Amino acid sequence: MSTQAPPTSAAGVKLRMQHVSMVFERDGKTTHVLDDINLDVQDGEFICLVGPSGCGKSTLLNVMGGFLSPTSGSVAIDSEAVHGPDPRRILVFQERGVFPWLTVEGNIGFGLSKLSDAERKQRIAHYVQLVRLQGFEHTYPSDLSGGMKQRLQVARALAVNPDILYLDEPFGALDSVTRFIMRGELLRIWQTERRTIIFVTHDIDEAVQLADRVVVLSSRPAKIQDILTIDIAHPRNLSSPRYLELRDQLAQKIGLAFTA
Amino acid sequence: MNWLARLRPLAFIAVLLIAWQVAINRHPDQLLPGPWQTLRGIGDLLQHGLLFKYVVASLFRVTWGFLLAAITAIPLGLAIGWYRRAEMAFNPLVQIFRPISPLAWIPIAILWFGVGDLSAIFLIFVGCFFSLLLTAISAVHNVPDAYIDVGRNFGLSTPQFIYRVLYPAVAPQLIVGLRITLGIAWLVVVAAEMIAVNSGLGFLIVDARNAGNRYDLVVAAMVIIGIIGLLLDTAMRSLENVKSFRWGFPEN
Repeated sequence: MSTQAPPTSAAGVKLRMQHVSMVFERDGKTTHVLDDINLDVQDGEFICLVGPSGCGKSTLLNVMGGFLSPTSGSVAIDSEAVHGPDPRRILVFQERGVFPWLTVEGNIGFGLSKLSDAERKQRIAHYVQLVRLQGFEHTYPSDLSGGMKQRLQVARALAVNPDILYLDEPFGALDSVTRFIMRGELLRIWQTERRTIIFVTHDIDEAVQLADRVVVLSSRPAKIQDILTIDIAHPRNLSSPRYLELRDQLAQKIGLAFTA
Repeated sequence: MNWLARLRPLAFIAVLLIAWQVAINRHPDQLLPGPWQTLRGIGDLLQHGLLFKYVVASLFRVTWGFLLAAITAIPLGLAIGWYRRAEMAFNPLVQIFRPISPLAWIPIAILWFGVGDLSAIFLIFVGCFFSLLLTAISAVHNVPDAYIDVGRNFGLSTPQFIYRVLYPAVAPQLIVGLRITLGIAWLVVVAAEMIAVNSGLGFLIVDARNAGNRYDLVVAAMVIIGIIGLLLDTAMRSLENVKSFRWGFPEN
């Protein structure tokens, strides 16, 4: 690998995937899910992974998060190989991510058992505020709306100070209005907390609205088909010509013909 | 409105009791004692200090048999459910033992433990064990993967994981299982006491018949068994209202 750039230029690289492939064997059937994925994610970057449904976006995210080991290839974070889930990187699920037996406070404090009581309380209070759940500290998730539950999940993830947040279609089960609001909230949180975010979605608008770069995956076995840089500053004007142009480009890349 | 709704089942019971009494009065041919006779039977038992003694004896056996089954079957079931390989090994055995009525164990219980409390406790244990084992196994299977992944993600040690994720996730299902199983235990104790011991409500039923056809005492014992069963179930049910379990049960 002499053609590789010297490590100094990789200083800003947070996550590096090299030749990652994934093959599942189930009931004697082999399914090729990921095919030679190579991707560098910069520190503090907001990446969206999009692609046709069932293409392996979630699998890719689970490989990054260490929940699945790739059949071949490697994932490294800060030049350190990933060998399993790690509290420094938290995955946020689409549904059922919050623990129904814990209150809002209990959920946010879930990963904070090593802190002193005072520190934990302070941390919980901070993130309750950040995701705007004040007044619901002692509420159980069954009494929260879908959007509130997802905010709670994001708060629980952020509370342990992760350097990367993986989000697996976190707003997929929400209605479109709530979803729109949640995107704004996530951007606000990302801008104040500056974590690296890798966000799986099948929603083109969501990707163009949120991401620095959108990684377009092909259908199975998923390859990186294209990477689209969204060069619009936040807050993004969703009816600006550039926004619409990028959205159409992305739509075309995914294979939907928006332009009749 | 609320107290009216609560009164309704009581009113219905009162109507049935009256109908029962009327029917007995019109055909007094001793097919069944009437409610009044039964009530006097209960009074009789109270007077001789037998009622309290027998109830305590039965509850004592149920408590021990049930608790022993709970503290062995639940951890074992959770472990079997968690390790798929263990389940493949255990499952055929469980499926063979499960359909054997606990009463089929009576001769063996007497052979091993003689006539006495131990036999009855053993029979209740057997009756509860497989029911709880299966409840625990399926409870683990029903835990959503997301909860398990979250536990892994936050870097919990195995004991922490069991205490902070697995146990709370299965608790509501275990409560349902414990409630059903306590009902089984209460069924089994009566049968066990008819054969394996000389006290308790089951013994009372057999003894009342054998010692002079005192059917009023037979029905009195049945009524007491029913009422205690109801109380036990209500007590278990109240666990469903514990806040951290509440999520696992439908509203109301």
